Amino acid sequence: MIGRRGLFAGLATLPVAGGLVGRAEERKPAAAPPPRAKGKFAPPLSGREALRRRYFPNVELTTSGGRKVKFYDDLLKDKIVVLNLMYAQCDGICPTTTSNLKSVRKKLREAVDHDVFIYSLTLKPEEDSPAALEEYARMHGVDDPQWLFLTGRPDEVDLLRHKLGFADPNPEVDRDKSRHSGMLRYGNEPLAIWGTCQGSAEPDWIAQEIGFAIPRQFKRHPLVND
Amino acid sequence: MYFNANGERVSRLRWKEMYRAFKNRQELIKAGFRRRDLVQMGLLAGGGLLLAKNGLSSRAYASWGGGSCSYGNTGCGNCASPVTTPWTMDMPIPPVRQPIALSALTGPSPTLAPNNAINPATGIAYEGRTRAHQSPIGSHSALPFPAATVYQVSQREADVNVSPNLPPQRLWTFDGSSPGPTFVAQYGTPILIRNYNNLPSDNGGFGLNSVTTHLHNGHTPSESDGFPCDYFAAGQYYDQYYPNQLAGFLSTHQSTNGDINEALSSLWYHDHREGFTAQNVYKGLLGHYILFNSFDTGDETTGFRLPSFPAYDIPMMFADRCFDAQTGALVFDTFNIDGILGDKFMVNGVIQPVLHVHPRRYRLRWTNSGPSRFLQVYVTDLNNPSASQPFWQISNDGNLLPHPVQVPAVALGVAERADVIIDFAQYAGKTIYLENRLNQPNGQGGPTGSVVSGGQGFLMLKIVVDLPVVADDSAVPSESTSYYTLPSVSDSPRVTRNFNFDQDRNGQWTINGGLFSCNSPRFLVQQNTLEQWNFQNGWNWSHPIHVHLEEHQVTSGAPGLYGSSSDDSANYSRWGSQYCWSGCQSNSPTGVNLARKDTVRLVPKSSATIRMRFRDWLGRYVMHCHNVIHEDHAMMLRFDVATTGDTKSNP
Repeated sequence: MIGRRGLFAGLATLPVAGGLVGRAEERKPAAAPPPRAKGKFAPPLSGREALRRRYFPNVELTTSGGRKVKFYDDLLKDKIVVLNLMYAQCDGICPTTTSNLKSVRKKLREAVDHDVFIYSLTLKPEEDSPAALEEYARMHGVDDPQWLFLTGRPDEVDLLRHKLGFADPNPEVDRDKSRHSGMLRYGNEPLAIWGTCQGSAEPDWIAQEIGFAIPRQFKRHPLVND
Repeated sequence: MYFNANGERVSRLRWKEMYRAFKNRQELIKAGFRRRDLVQMGLLAGGGLLLAKNGLSSRAYASWGGGSCSYGNTGCGNCASPVTTPWTMDMPIPPVRQPIALSALTGPSPTLAPNNAINPATGIAYEGRTRAHQSPIGSHSALPFPAATVYQVSQREADVNVSPNLPPQRLWTFDGSSPGPTFVAQYGTPILIRNYNNLPSDNGGFGLNSVTTHLHNGHTPSESDGFPCDYFAAGQYYDQYYPNQLAGFLSTHQSTNGDINEALSSLWYHDHREGFTAQNVYKGLLGHYILFNSFDTGDETTGFRLPSFPAYDIPMMFADRCFDAQTGALVFDTFNIDGILGDKFMVNGVIQPVLHVHPRRYRLRWTNSGPSRFLQVYVTDLNNPSASQPFWQISNDGNLLPHPVQVPAVALGVAERADVIIDFAQYAGKTIYLENRLNQPNGQGGPTGSVVSGGQGFLMLKIVVDLPVVADDSAVPSESTSYYTLPSVSDSPRVTRNFNFDQDRNGQWTINGGLFSCNSPRFLVQQNTLEQWNFQNGWNWSHPIHVHLEEHQVTSGAPGLYGSSSDDSANYSRWGSQYCWSGCQSNSPTGVNLARKDTVRLVPKSSATIRMRFRDWLGRYVMHCHNVIHEDHAMMLRFDVATTGDTKSNP
């Protein structure tokens, strides 16, 4: 069992508190290549821009409340987020993960000042209407404006699932929805810090892992890596 | 001019064809999208051409059960870097780190307890260490504190040239180079390295500027071992104390100050940050660490008379990397948790470099630094590519063998190492290559087991034997040369533990069904006792399993060279088929597997048994898969070495 200090330990990534967004803006291109360099290359991208282009299609999703949101613009941009897969009728790993995330949410609220958004994306968008997701959230006692259950067009949801590495390389496994990825993606979009942890792990440990992506803005000053 | 991944010139038409082949592997196709879907999403033009899309994607490139990553194939599962001209840069040899005076350290003097005082310049503690240097450091004559030999190193961002065809790469380095400086240590002389984290918060897209540095295979106290959760923040230092003592010096072999037969030679250091090891090592945080003693002296006129360091004793770090086709920048496939392959082969941080040598014997220290690719390294003469070019392997995982073994090639899983002796006198005036001939279609499963013909694999290093003839006082390697004797592990183990490496129904890596956490150990090893661990790989992927603190002996199931019978020799245990579906357990080690190792390759559906004693130090350590992508997600467990251990057989 870890205490608050144990959780803080996970947060020690940046020496100075500061605006999340300000520090990771587009950087000037690196020094010009040496004269012998051949070939033309596009100017370097900032880390967040490279990741946005590669992994974050700005598809439209629908929340359990029926609101239309853009994946990158509305859900990721400038935010610290946790992403997981689920579907309303899932009786395998989903209830465990949802329950773990509830504990994690509580621990993070106690420990850090930053808002952390949780996005649970259905992998059965054909079945999971906003109302079905709303029912799932109610059943699990999730009533939290910063925790969204999301559905969308099946092809776009599947695109997202592949982009975020939630697909299984074995097509047989991938077709079996009950075997969907139990991993959690967590990320700090402006700082381009993205990690992965296991949704079935102890909530204390999940909270610590998510904390790896959160810069040092603490409610009280911790002993580093205590 | 256009080149294929093998560094050979191809026509523009061929290159475009190769590039198109890559594009056709785009994720949408692999994801099974139908044409109508693609058109709807605006990704397929009316004429049926796939619209160009940027960069990598995760998972979707997976070519399950198919694909090939050998000659002429740019797919390699993952990547299509810009073309680069091979053999244009010399192979860098990282500089040997020089010690400094204790008084020259930046910041406060080293302390036994962590220096928790707040550094006014940063607002956080000076030091990131959380546990005191454990007794008897400072109270044992062999372990003075601070050590007499002191170094300082700074982890920082630097622009590094990896190819004349690519822009300088913004890497994370130790003191400006990657691999970082080489540490050369002597047995019996402890060292203290003050390790500063001066990495920026802007990571350029991957990497976490919170680090912990592991000395791979070091017989290191827990608090200096680079435990994954002993990370320290930017602006902090971490004093790491490396005793450089032979295993057993405080326990089984006190009278001889340790067991000479446990001497280590070629180690490497690399970042081990929990959850971010793959990103940070890929970004450049690694280097060599060499240990000498009165037998392995670094002087070819003394001891075992191995080729002299540094003139004829050269460390080489193998790695594969991927670069963005548009910007030329190093890319990491962040959302791929299965394993990633690059299509550019680097030796000591440069893509396909050149090394000029004298016509004489050299000791080359090879490390496969990953992240996910397995290698089988051959010497190739392109004028006669089918000819076998045997050489002498003298170490396995950097530990000298009982005697040299002549081999046709060396197989290296991620993190595995081998010291070899090659006599370049036989190639005087010629040009030869180090070539990886192992087929590996993607980063997930590991190699297929098939090996391509000479000249058809990936040429990694060009060696030109054009320097003048010089004296060679090094010993001629032969089977009758003796190095160290293998320590006996034939006693009854105090406990036998079983570990099943598997994946659960939802894609989470498990060891005996359990998930990783830094916070509590899965089992307690009793210090100074013999343990036997049985590894079972329940999955059809390959995993190089690495155990911290002590090297082990593989008593059964050690894999040998990949490939056909012509590549196998009696020196290797071998399998009847590509995968070791059954029967591997019965393989008893021979040849280069009669060795002390720190990483054992678990091929699909196979098992292996190792034995070792965890001596001298107490505290937390880890065992993990060294496909660092798997390690981060989270094929790892924590065990603690304690004065009283448990007897959990399936921890």
